[in-house]
Order: sequence, then C-alpha cells, then structure tokens
Amino acid sequence: MKILVPVKRVVDYNVKVRVKPDQTGVDLANVKMSMNPFCEIAVEEAIRMKEKGLAEEIVVVSIGPAGAQETIRTALAMGADRGIHVTTDAIVEPLAVAKILAKIAGEESPELIILGKQAIDDDANATGQMLGALLGWPQGTFASKVEKDGDTLKVTREIDGGLQTVSFGLPAIVTTDLRLNEPRYASLPNIMKAKRKPIDAKAPEDYGVDLTPRLEVLKVAEPPKRQGGVKVETVAELVSKLKNEAGVL
Amino acid sequence: MATLVIAEHDNKSLNEATRAAVTAAKKMGGDIHILVAGQGAKSVADEAAKVEGVAKVMLAESDALGHKMAEALESLVLSIAEGYDAILAPASTVGKNFMPRVAAKLDVMLISDITSVESADTFIRPIYAGNALMTVKSSDKVKVITVRPTTFEKAGDGGSASVETVSAPDAAAKSAFVSEELSKSDRPELGAAKIVISGGRGMGNGENFAILEKVADKLGAAVGASRAAVDAGFVPNDYQVGQTGKVVAPQLYIAVGISGAIQHLAGMKDSKVIVAINKDEEAPIFSVADYGLVADLFKAVPEFEEELSKIGY
Ligand SMILES: Cc1cc2nc3c(=O)[nH]c(=O)nc-3n(C[C@H](O)[C@H](O)[C@H](O)COP(=O)(O)OP(=O)(O)OC[C@H]3O[C@@H](n4cnc5c(N)ncnc54)[C@H](O)[C@@H]3O)c2cc1C
Ligand SMILES: Cc1cc2nc3c(=O)[nH]c(=O)nc-3n(C[C@H](O)[C@H](O)[C@H](O)COP(=O)(O)OP(=O)(O)OC[C@H]3O[C@@H](n4cnc5c(N)ncnc54)[C@H](O)[C@@H]3O)c2cc1C
Repeated sequence: MKILVPVKRVVDYNVKVRVKPDQTGVDLANVKMSMNPFCEIAVEEAIRMKEKGLAEEIVVVSIGPAGAQETIRTALAMGADRGIHVTTDAIVEPLAVAKILAKIAGEESPELIILGKQAIDDDANATGQMLGALLGWPQGTFASKVEKDGDTLKVTREIDGGLQTVSFGLPAIVTTDLRLNEPRYASLPNIMKAKRKPIDAKAPEDYGVDLTPRLEVLKVAEPPKRQGGVKVETVAELVSKLKNEAGVL
Repeated sequence: MATLVIAEHDNKSLNEATRAAVTAAKKMGGDIHILVAGQGAKSVADEAAKVEGVAKVMLAESDALGHKMAEALESLVLSIAEGYDAILAPASTVGKNFMPRVAAKLDVMLISDITSVESADTFIRPIYAGNALMTVKSSDKVKVITVRPTTFEKAGDGGSASVETVSAPDAAAKSAFVSEELSKSDRPELGAAKIVISGGRGMGNGENFAILEKVADKLGAAVGASRAAVDAGFVPNDYQVGQTGKVVAPQLYIAVGISGAIQHLAGMKDSKVIVAINKDEEAPIFSVADYGLVADLFKAVPEFEEELSKIGY
C-alpha cells in the first residue's frame, strides 16, 4: 500500500499571533513556523503502518511557499520516503488544495491519504473531506484509532457525543484527531538521511488548477479583549460575588 | 433567495444548535427550509416545523442517515441542493464531517464556523484559535456554511411549516457504520449548558473529577476538561473544550486546575462570566477570569460545594 500524507507549514502552536495594525492579516514576519500538529500525527500514523508491514511507501506533499520544503524534510526525517513540493506564494484555500491533491492522487494512485483534521492557522477543518468528495472516496475523519483488516479500514472517530466506529474499503481518506498517536521526534541520523531523500519540485500550473480564492478577505481584526477581573480571597467571597455581583448563581 | 438549514439531532429531538443556524439564516434573508436527515426522526421534523421563520421541513430517512454517515448526507443534500442560494449546518462534528464534501461537489469554498453574518455574502469567522477574526466575502454562487452555535441566538417556536418526505438517494454504500460509544450522562450537553465546570491536569486523576461532578449536579452544570485531562485519560474525549474540541459560551464557566493555554481559551473565552481556581497565581487563565481564586483545588472545590448549599443549592 502507498500512503499519501499532505502536510502544512503553519505558525507554531506556541506563538500568539498578532493582527496587523492595518487589518490586512496577521503578522507572520519572524515568527516560528512548524509542521501543523495534526499533520505530524498523520505522518506518524503512516510510519507506524509502514513499520507494521501494512504500507510500502509514504509520500508527503506540501503546497506552499519555499519554506514548506523544511516541513517536508521534517516528515522525511520522521520516516516518510519522498516528498512533493508544490511551490506557491499565493493564498491557497482548502478547495484549491483539495483539487491539487486530487490531481496528485491521480498520478500517484495511493490507497490511503492521511491528513490532519484541521490546520491550526485557518482552522477550516475542510481539506480532507473536500478531497474525499472530489475523488469519490469514503472517509474516516477525526480518527483516534485506525485498524487495517485486509482491504478494509476500521476507523474510530471522535464525535460530539463520544466515539463512532465506521469501516470502508480502500482507497480512502483518514483525517487525524489529537489522540491517534504521539508523533516521534526525528533522530539526528534520520535528519541527516532525510537530506538525501528526493523532493519533487512542482508548480500549481503543473496541475492546471485555478487557485483564485473564492473568499475575499475584507478585514482581519483583533477579537474584543476580555478584561481580567479581580482576585477573590476566599471561596465564600467568590460565591457571594457570583450571586450578588455577577448574578449567575 | 432560499436557504437550506440542515438540522442537528439525535433522531429523537432537535438539537438547539439547529435554532442557532436558523437565526444565522434569517440574517441572510429569504425563505428558510430545514432538512431533517435521520432514521425514525419524524418527531424531530415536527419539532423543526414549529421553529419560527421556517417555511418548509423536509424529512429524509435511511439507516445510513440515522448514523449521520458523511457520504450518505453528501448525496442527499446534493440531490436537493438545486435552487438554494445558501446551505447552512451547525459546526458540530456532523456538520464538519459532511459539509466540506457538499461544498467541494458544488465547486464552492466552504465558509467554516462563522460567528457573524454581516450580509448575505459576507461573514466573520475566527482564525488562529480565535486570536484573529477574519471578515470574508464569498464570490461563490452558493454559500455553504457551518455556523458556530454559541454565537447566535436560538430561534424560538411560533412557526407552523409543512413537513414533506423526500427520498434518500440510495448511493452505493461506500462506508459502513460499525458501532457507537456515547457518553451517558444526565447532565446537560456541554454546548448547551448554562453553567460549565471544567477540570484540567491539576485534577490529578479521573476519580478526582467526582468533586467537580458534585458541584455540577448541584448547579445543573455540564462537566468539561482541558486537552491535558483528556489525553491523560481522566475523562472521555467529548469533554474537551478548546480550539480543537468544543466551543462553549455559557453564563458561567468555572476552570479548575487549568493553566489557560491559548488553545483552551479559544473554546471558552466568550463565556459571560469566567471563574478560575488555580494554585499558581501566575497562571494565564487569570488574565481572562472575572473572578480568580488562588487556592488548592482539593480544598477550594469541596468548600465551594458547601457554600452553594448555604445559599440553597
Ligand atoms: C486573502 C486571504 C488571506 C489569508 N490569510 C491567511 C493568513 O494570513 N494565514 C493563513 O494561514 N491563512 C490565510 N488564509 C487562508 C489560507 O490560505 C488557506 O485557506 C488555509 O490556510 C487553508 O485552510 P486550513 O489549512 O485551515 O485547512 P484544513 O482543512 O484545516 O487543513 C486540514 C489538512 O489539510 C492538509 N492541508 C491543508 N493545506 C495544505 C497545504 N497547503 N499543503 C499540504 N497539505 C495541506 C493538511 O493535512 C491539513 O492538516 C487567507 C486566505 C485568504 C483568502
Ligand atoms: C494542536 C493542538 C491543539 C490543542 N487543542 C486543545 C484544546 O482544544 N483544548 C485544550 O484545553 N487544550 C488544547 N491543546 C493543549 C494546550 O496547549 C495545553 O497543553 C492544555 O490546555 C493544558 O491543559 P491544562 O491547563 O489542564 O494543563 P497544564 O497546563 O499542565 O495546567 C495545569 C494547571 O493546574 C494547576 N494546578 C495543579 N495542581 C493544582 C491544585 N492542586 N490546585 C489548583 N491548581 C492546580 C497548575 O497550577 C496549572 O496551572 C492543544 C494543543 C495543540 C498543540
């Protein structure tokens, strides 16, 4: 089985982003960038399947600016086999990302595509499902457990009320939730080895996909700031304030 | 203009999140129709028909729809999408699962998790864990939108729409339901509760959540948790509040033994009143709390419960 893992380079989850004063976006100059945490989980899951002998090859793809190559290298250092970098400085919405990925799936014929459930910058939670629809493949989203049984995949999903398990045949889409696994750190020798693994350089034009955004960003604003309140000394004071001052008890 | 709202429900009753989506639809203008897709869900359709401002309710039933399978919902919604200018669903795990598929098939960009309707084509949605609010204008012919339920009023009753049955297309079953393990609780649902009390890593273990549950039962509150508490196995996954869990905005949110990471704040900072109980006075949670108590939770929470008894709870 061949597994395709799309990975996105995003602002590191520890960074508290600032909105630009002119409200055109957030300030990304000199902030730390990392692989989207849900994509790390996706790469890890693919590697574990390979280690169990369930997969032969793992191909990672990233669509984004030059820096995204670093993200691909990180995935290669974790254990993926090769990369595809579709270089663009344009804003690429999940619909366009899904269209490019659908074209790549056509060329590579993976049996499984594992994506993150959401990217922690734009929080769209859409790409995997869109790709599933474009390819006409079944999906197991928000996965906390993935089991392969012959040609079927059984996926346990984190849903609002608890857990749901679904099963489907391949090829298929899986999107990862937080508790699927704990991604490994790449070891130094593997980081060195990853430098020699191949990355195919591509451009969006190679796939003939129109990247024009459908959503025009009119403004990016700071959310209303919450004022920190007061410290209370005792539990009795807390309850009294909640009852008499805030009126919520 | 006509808007299709896809109902959130458990095949028995209508989830309140649907009423929030109806309010968002009203702000866009035009006729509002509700689709109830489920199995044995007639009572849900009857309830939906009473929601104020709804002109028509459609009921579609099949086994796969009863289990909210994304592929089945996708083909059903596509089969009736013609003629609608907008399709809305609550941003629940069900909506997030199938709505992007509908959008992709209609060749439009999904507008996820909106918190405000500015006009029929312009919306606000949070990005970067709610640290920025993006106003977007969609140029797509059909707007496919998921709605954050906590930021819209819940449409009340007062309507008397007709209910008609529509047939569910028998799409080749690409995906099969295996099983479901739902958390059983008599407490209110996290997303709908007026009061939420959440525990973090500071709770130490799952048994200790009993002290929060006692308070919750007194107050009729829901119990939530931080990711750290869920990852450690103290409580089930559906308790998680935050950027990548549930977003809540109750009248009162009580954070116990939670440090206040941005990912957690993203899920609760729109609560009306926030209380934090934490032994570390430097914990970031205090910067958003209306009332902060620096104390050991194992002492403070039982005391809190006693104080509640004194005022009649
Ligand atoms: C005018 C404008 C300004 C914008 N400004 C910003 C901005 O400042 N910062 C910003 O981050 N976004 C911005 N966006 C949005 C951004 O370009 C994309 O729409 C958004 O990042 C994609 O959504 P997502 O990553 O949340 O997708 P999700 O659906 O949440 O991603 C889920 C998964 O899909 C895969 N995936 C997603 N994207 C890629 C990719 N490029 N390559 C490989 N795999 C991928 C990954 O596996 C990921 O885990 C802007 C959009 C517009 C129109
Ligand atoms: C991709 C990604 C997504 C994430 N999504 C979420 C999300 O949706 N929701 C979420 O919550 N987190 C999320 N996180 C995790 C988040 O970054 C934090 O790690 C997490 O919220 C910390 O949980 P905590 O506050 O319970 O634990 P900690 O940060 O360890 O805080 C524990 C607190 O308990 C206090 N404490 C300990 N003992 C006591 C005591 N006896 N009495 C009083 N106080 C005590 C301590 O002072 C401390 O402040 C995400 C992280 C990533 C990378």
